[in-house]
Amino acid sequence: MAEIRKATGFIDWLDQRLAVKVLTKVLMTEYWIPKNINFLWAMGVVLVVLFKILIVSGIFLLMYYKPDINLAFDSVNYTIMQEVEYGWLWRHMHGVAASAIFLVIYIHMFTGIYYGSYKKGREMIWLTGMALFGMFSAEAFSGYMLPWGQMSYWAAQVITNLFGGIPFIGEALVVWIRGDFLVADATLTRFFMLHVLLLPLVIILLIAIHFYSLRIPHVNNQESEEFDFDVEAKKYLDGKKVESKVVPFWPVFLSKDFFVVGVALTIFFYLVCFHFDFAMDPINFDPANNMKTPAHIYPEWYFLWSYEVLRGFFFDIGGIAAMDIGLAAFGFANVIFMLFPFLDRNTDNVAPAHKRPAFFVWFWVLLVDMIVLTVYGKLPPTGANAWVGFGATIIFITLFIVLPIITKMEAKCNNGGCK
Amino acid sequence: MRELKILAVVVFFTAVMYWGVEPFAHSQMHPHVAPADFAFKDLGATEKKGDAAKGAETFLSAGCIGCHGVAAANMPAPMDNASASASFGVTPPDLSTAGAIYDKNYLAALIKDPTKALKVEHKFNETRPHPMIQFFGLGGDLDQEIADIVAYLQSIAPATLDDKKVYTDACQRCHDMKYDKLMSTTDKTALMAYMGTIPPDLSMMIRSRSKDYLTTFINNPQKQLAGTSMPRVGLNEKAQNQVVAYMEKVGDRKKAEREDLGYKLIGYMVLFTLLAYAWKVKIWKEVH
Repeated sequence: MAEIRKATGFIDWLDQRLAVKVLTKVLMTEYWIPKNINFLWAMGVVLVVLFKILIVSGIFLLMYYKPDINLAFDSVNYTIMQEVEYGWLWRHMHGVAASAIFLVIYIHMFTGIYYGSYKKGREMIWLTGMALFGMFSAEAFSGYMLPWGQMSYWAAQVITNLFGGIPFIGEALVVWIRGDFLVADATLTRFFMLHVLLLPLVIILLIAIHFYSLRIPHVNNQESEEFDFDVEAKKYLDGKKVESKVVPFWPVFLSKDFFVVGVALTIFFYLVCFHFDFAMDPINFDPANNMKTPAHIYPEWYFLWSYEVLRGFFFDIGGIAAMDIGLAAFGFANVIFMLFPFLDRNTDNVAPAHKRPAFFVWFWVLLVDMIVLTVYGKLPPTGANAWVGFGATIIFITLFIVLPIITKMEAKCNNGGCK
Repeated sequence: MRELKILAVVVFFTAVMYWGVEPFAHSQMHPHVAPADFAFKDLGATEKKGDAAKGAETFLSAGCIGCHGVAAANMPAPMDNASASASFGVTPPDLSTAGAIYDKNYLAALIKDPTKALKVEHKFNETRPHPMIQFFGLGGDLDQEIADIVAYLQSIAPATLDDKKVYTDACQRCHDMKYDKLMSTTDKTALMAYMGTIPPDLSMMIRSRSKDYLTTFINNPQKQLAGTSMPRVGLNEKAQNQVVAYMEKVGDRKKAEREDLGYKLIGYMVLFTLLAYAWKVKIWKEVH
């Protein structure tokens, strides 16, 4: 047992029992972050803030929400939005944060891809990050169902139906997921459970692992420069703060993040109070009606690119039904980012994209292609739109097929073997 | 500066994507329609000047009160709502405020040819006649007689009405407004048979449809939703704006609070951001 002396103060009392001083050093004042970074490195903290907003606003909403198909719509749109003091504020914050968090996730992801922060020891950071993306997607989908509006119902109908495409077990799987033959009360209550209990627990656990996975390989920097963190940390502690290549997480790194978070929240509250339709689609203010299919069914914007991959193949090829090819492509799109560290075959080169010419082109083509997919995922899939969607889908798939090839060639050239 | 360049790239791609999935996509999904026509040009305008005193007599002789009540002139509705629903499919409106909320030309056209003015010719014809019987005249000049009736209705209508009253007179026969505890005056079974579907509750329409859509839709439902059984109700511009204002009051009751709080939240965050920036500069001075 530890030797307990009479405490000199409250902190000392805590320190003897919880080692708070060491803990603060490890987590804050001597957790070292490279100095050569830009504001994109603040996205992680912005995500944490948005996630906290989602949890807090979600707890308030949970006090009045009723997970029952006969009560859900009114409990949200009347009780919460009109009766409860500032209920509308919690709901708008929850809805807008859910949408905004995906924008920041995508920026965070593309930052990782651009600066090569997914390889050479950082694979676990990427993998846990992608697992988080998957869980957030499930969280967003289950949450969207809860107000039981028209799009809640029809999105649930379409998305759960997708599992029917899985060979042999598909049909039974759909019934198992829905808890009924149709999307019904049982579906709503189980997605409610997922949304407020199981998925948040998994997300919190994954966030902890995601943070932990940063400790050993450390945070990357703008030039992907490799240096000895212990040596640089010692310089900093010896007072050579300008010369050292690292800064402590607290207060130096976070002081910049607070500023970025301030900017992000200023925009956030503008959206919450004045410009929320992009995150709270008007059509979901119509109560769910299983007799009335909406003219246009589309998911929230952050799912549009994969939705467009799903419907990109709109004609049968070689006797295989369009829907089956689409499903296969959709499955491909949803796992391929997970495999990113293993598709980049130039595993030693961690340089940012602008120092890797072929990869640089690849990166921007991917970004533009995903924006095209996103926009055409919302447009009605008729006439020329269908062909643009098809083309963008083919480009998306091709990009991931050529990624190992161009990175392998790049690796050869770097070793002087390309002439 | 590098950070600004990166910021410009992030903002650019975010803006392009936003434009694509919001304004552009919605313009493709909901094609633009002509603005609301409050002159009801397709019905034509009468040049006759109506005489309210004569109109009062014509109104009685024409048999309007066989179905309609006029509470303002102490003429109660001939049937209660339940029997009226059963007989006509929908409760006939009380005409006390008709002269104030409906357009003059529209009223004249409606009396002369209901299905045409209502734009429900796709639903009603000779084999299934519209419950409102066309006025064939009392033997004199038909247009003059109609002009007189319209003048009479205008003379008994109040000069001002509150938003809710306009809504109840113009919409409540068919629609519920659950969040203001107003239910349709027509019995639901009769309404279902009459309209082919239960007309939607209007509580959240202001959020699900937007003001723009409602403005053109109420003015002429066929323009936004071809084939709908909702008739063109013929509200004049002022009355229609009052209906929309009422819908906003019910469906978006916290709008004023939201916008007021919005400025405060943004102000607070701007202040926070400035302080955070000053602190950041101070801290980073040591390490740069």
